[in-house]
Order: sequence, then structure tokens, then C-alpha cells
Amino acid sequence: MENLIKELVTKMADDALILGHRNSEWTGLGPIMEEDIAFSSMAQDKIGHAWALYRILQEMGDGQDPDQFAFLRAESEYKCCHLTEMPIGTYEFSLMRHFLFDHAETVRYNSLLESGFVPLQQLAKKVKGELKYHTLHADAWVIQLGKGGAVSHAKMQAALDSCFPLACGIFEPGPDDAGLRDIYPGEKVLQERWIDNIYPVLTKAALNIPENVAPAYGGRYGQHTPYLHALLEEMGEVFRQDPAAAW
Amino acid sequence: MVIFNRKKMNTIKDIYDSLEKVMDPEIPVLNVLEMGMITDVQQDEKGIHIKMIPTFSACPAISVIKQQISDTVSKDLQLPVDVTVDPAIQWNSNRLTETAKDKLRGFGIAAPPIHHGEINADMLLHVTCPHCGSDNTFMRSPFGATLCRAMHFCRQCGMMFEQFKPLT
Repeated sequence: MENLIKELVTKMADDALILGHRNSEWTGLGPIMEEDIAFSSMAQDKIGHAWALYRILQEMGDGQDPDQFAFLRAESEYKCCHLTEMPIGTYEFSLMRHFLFDHAETVRYNSLLESGFVPLQQLAKKVKGELKYHTLHADAWVIQLGKGGAVSHAKMQAALDSCFPLACGIFEPGPDDAGLRDIYPGEKVLQERWIDNIYPVLTKAALNIPENVAPAYGGRYGQHTPYLHALLEEMGEVFRQDPAAAW
Repeated sequence: MVIFNRKKMNTIKDIYDSLEKVMDPEIPVLNVLEMGMITDVQQDEKGIHIKMIPTFSACPAISVIKQQISDTVSKDLQLPVDVTVDPAIQWNSNRLTETAKDKLRGFGIAAPPIHHGEINADMLLHVTCPHCGSDNTFMRSPFGATLCRAMHFCRQCGMMFEQFKPLT
């Protein structure tokens, strides 16, 4: 049971860390200043959530220091999904990824409000309120750009088509989700709730969820896209120079 | 001869008086009590134990605030102080005191309204402008200069302003 909880917390933390790092790559590059600030702020939130989750792991015993755990693991020990690993690409790709991911986070943390694992239940109360601003931001832009004329709509639909199979990989089933039933409802249930949440927004934006997609699985079991390797190299470059340094 | 160097007895009130001097580094007109960041103050034979909570979980000021609390209170009361983050209580914007909200407005930042567990669109779309008092405003972005602030625009006076975000 304890190992299953650790798996769950690790994949949540790694998703937040890696997407937080990707969001931070928009700093200075946003298409307008407000979006530059928004992606930078969301990066900060994500890294904060990752840190809180790594702290939970540490406090579960035999845990490592959050910084060491975040920066010094082998690539195959990261449990992030492929969606978070992809380069920032175009603005519409990053926006769509943020929309799909933050709605997934919302259903996940809402379910954790009733978790039998107290540290996750306490953290969920905190994160839920913060995520409200992420989905508010994502929904407003997805609807505005989905309805923003033919070129804009086509770009948003293409972004949804490429992000959706990756986003389904968020819900790759764990090794024993049934064994965690007192902790969270399992990936299958979360995915159904996620569809219920994103569908009305996508409808308002006149965007269609692609059918018959092959979910991008593998990340939860340490199989990653080539993009993760490059990201980890860059993210840990300074840290690895002196892992014992005090910051 | 009477010896007057008897150690002064601290009271919990002395600790609170000292905490009033610790300002939020990102909003320097508010102290940590007005921000609603202090959740518990205890004193025992080992020293003073203070529990606090950050406004946002990724608040970068948290370690600075902890250090300032520790430095200020230990200097004032001449006792060891430990400051820990309280995992059991989550900060929400209803914890800001009324004094805090008045000071925020004076500082040019709109205050969050009291919420009842949910943030609705009205709380974000027509925030009263702290410069001219008009409600003819709109939210430009839910993200601003710090995690706890959003950017708004006032159609009446044509000024940008910030709001301390309502948070559940």
C-alpha cells in the first residue's frame, strides 16, 4: 500500500515539475505580456506543487531531500506523462496542453479532498483554490481563440488533435489502482470526470474531441519521449555542479 | 538589597506584539497577523513555537518570512524561536483582516471580497477600482506581479490596477 501511494505521489509530482519547467520556458517569449506573466506564474505554482509532493514523499520515511530527488534521479525513474515532456512548440500547443492538464489536475485534486491519505487530503485543499485560476485562464483563452475566426479556429483544432492523445496518457492506469481505492478513485474514473469537465468548454469553443485516439502511455512506467532527456540535462545542469550547495 | 534583574515574564500577548512588526515582503504595508498567516503561538520551557501558513503554496517569500519572524521575535523576547509551516490549515483570502483590506486599498491594491467556499465570476469581473471607486472594470489577467495578485483595468479612470485574489 505504501509503495502504491509513493507511485501515485511521484507521478503527480513529476508531472508538476516537468510541466512547470516547460511553462517557465515561456518567460520572456509570450505572445503578449499578460501571457508571458501567466505562464511564468503557472510555472511557479507547478513547481510549488511538485515541491509539496516531494516533501510528502520525504516525510513518508526513507525519503530523499526534495531537491536531490527532483534533480538527480535516472531518467527511467521519472514518472511524468509524455504530455508534460513535449517542447513548448507553438503558443496554441502550450495553451491547449495547459487547458487539458489543468482540468485533469482539477478533477484529481477534487477527488483527493476525500482521500484517506491525510497529507494528500490537506494538500488538495490548498491546491484546489490555486488551480481555479489556471482553468479560468485556460477556458477564457480556449473559448476566445476557438471562436476567433477561421485561422484561429483551425490552429486550436490542430492543437487539440495533437494534444489529446498525449493528454489521455495522464490517465495511464497505475499498477494497482483498485488497491488505492481509499486514497483516490483511480485513473479510469478521473478520465471520465475530466471529459465531463472539458467537453462543455470545447463545445463553446466549437472544437471537436478527436475520436479513436491511441493514448500516449509509458511515462508512468519510466518510458519517455526523447525530449525528457534534454529537459533533464538542462534543468539539472547547475544543480549537478555542486549537489551539496546550500541555496 | 533588592535585585531587580528578575527575568521579565513573557506573555503570549508580547509575542503577538512582536509579530505585528513582521511585514509581508511582497506587500510591505501588511504584517503577518493582518495577512492571517499565523495559525498558532505557544511558549514552553524550550522557547517559543510559532506556526504559520503561506498564502500560495509556491510563495517564494516563505523562507524569508519564516526567518524574519524568527529573528524579530527572538530579538524582542530573548528566547529561542522555531517557526514551522502548519499543514493542517490552508490559507484562504477570508483570513485577511478588515484592517488589512483597508491598508491594501490605501496601497492601491483592490481587496478580495469575502467568499463562501467558491470563487464566482462576479468576484473577478467587476472589482472596485482602488483609484477612483468605479465598478466599471474588467479582469485583464488572473496572473500578475506576484502569485497572489491579478491584473484589472478600470474603464472609468483608464488605469490598470491589481487585486489581491480571492482564494478558497
